[in-house]
Amino acid sequence: MDLQSAKMIGAGLAVIGLGGVGAGIGSIFASLISSIARNPSARAQVFPMSMLGFALVEAVALYALLIAFLILFT
Amino acid sequence: MAAAPPEDSPLHQFVIQPLVPIHVGNADLSFTNSSLFMVVAITLVTLFLTLGMRRQNLVPGRWQSMAEMSYEFVAGMVRDNVGSAGRKYFPFVFTLFMFVLFGNLLGLLPYSFTFTSHIAVTAALAVTVIVGVTLVGIATHGLHFFSFFVPKGVPVALLPLMIPIEVISYLSRPVSLSIRLFANMMAGHTMLKVFAGFVVLLGFLGGWAPLAMDVALTAFELLVAFLQAYVFTVLTCIYLNDAIHLH
Repeated sequence: MDLQSAKMIGAGLAVIGLGGVGAGIGSIFASLISSIARNPSARAQVFPMSMLGFALVEAVALYALLIAFLILFT
Repeated sequence: MAAAPPEDSPLHQFVIQPLVPIHVGNADLSFTNSSLFMVVAITLVTLFLTLGMRRQNLVPGRWQSMAEMSYEFVAGMVRDNVGSAGRKYFPFVFTLFMFVLFGNLLGLLPYSFTFTSHIAVTAALAVTVIVGVTLVGIATHGLHFFSFFVPKGVPVALLPLMIPIEVISYLSRPVSLSIRLFANMMAGHTMLKVFAGFVVLLGFLGGWAPLAMDVALTAFELLVAFLQAYVFTVLTCIYLNDAIHLH
């Protein structure tokens, strides 16, 4: 196997972690919706927390993407 | 180190070009496009706040209420996360927020440069935050600060395992803080450029779909630019709270 195709396969493998991130973001917003549905007055307190959680989980996705970029372009 | 990416690469937008070459000894202290955009960001923040508050009306206009909202937003963040002990550190947190926010937003303009997409910049900010917060903790509590690394209610037999874990997690804070900001900005801007490349590849007939995607992504990037500035400052507040109140 030559180097270029190995790099392509490696970059593809590196972004498998995005599956976990998808599950994480889904879980954050599912619990946000159910908590607001149960207690709509809690929205103002719960929403910033969910945004923080979303940003933290999304950062994990970007670590995987970063590894893929490093494999492809260096 | 890899060679500079070619002109048509999605990563070409991150190349640092020296504008005014300055060399002191072996150190390269050139004024680059990155430094230029930092100066622009600081000038814009200063103009935004000083000109916005020029006429201090009781009923604020649009500009004045923007300036007041940004102040109130960060002040509320410090109050909620650190409490009244954090008032002293509000100027630093506010400066950090406005600097990162304007850096992220300036990067969204076409042909501009995003200085927050470079780990050298974000790591310098994160290391400043962590070193400052640690010094605040030591100044407030003295040597008692190191009890921060001993979790409460843990059996003594587990302590040799727990203390290294706590220390490693404390030391990895600047790493995660800087990589989060820089990776978000770099990945977002690369994604915009990749989709813009599809517009050219698909031509006049098929190019509309990626163009619409790019418009949507720009809106998403606007959200990310704000959210990452928010996350960076909120985590700074949380670390500050840990140092002042120790658990």
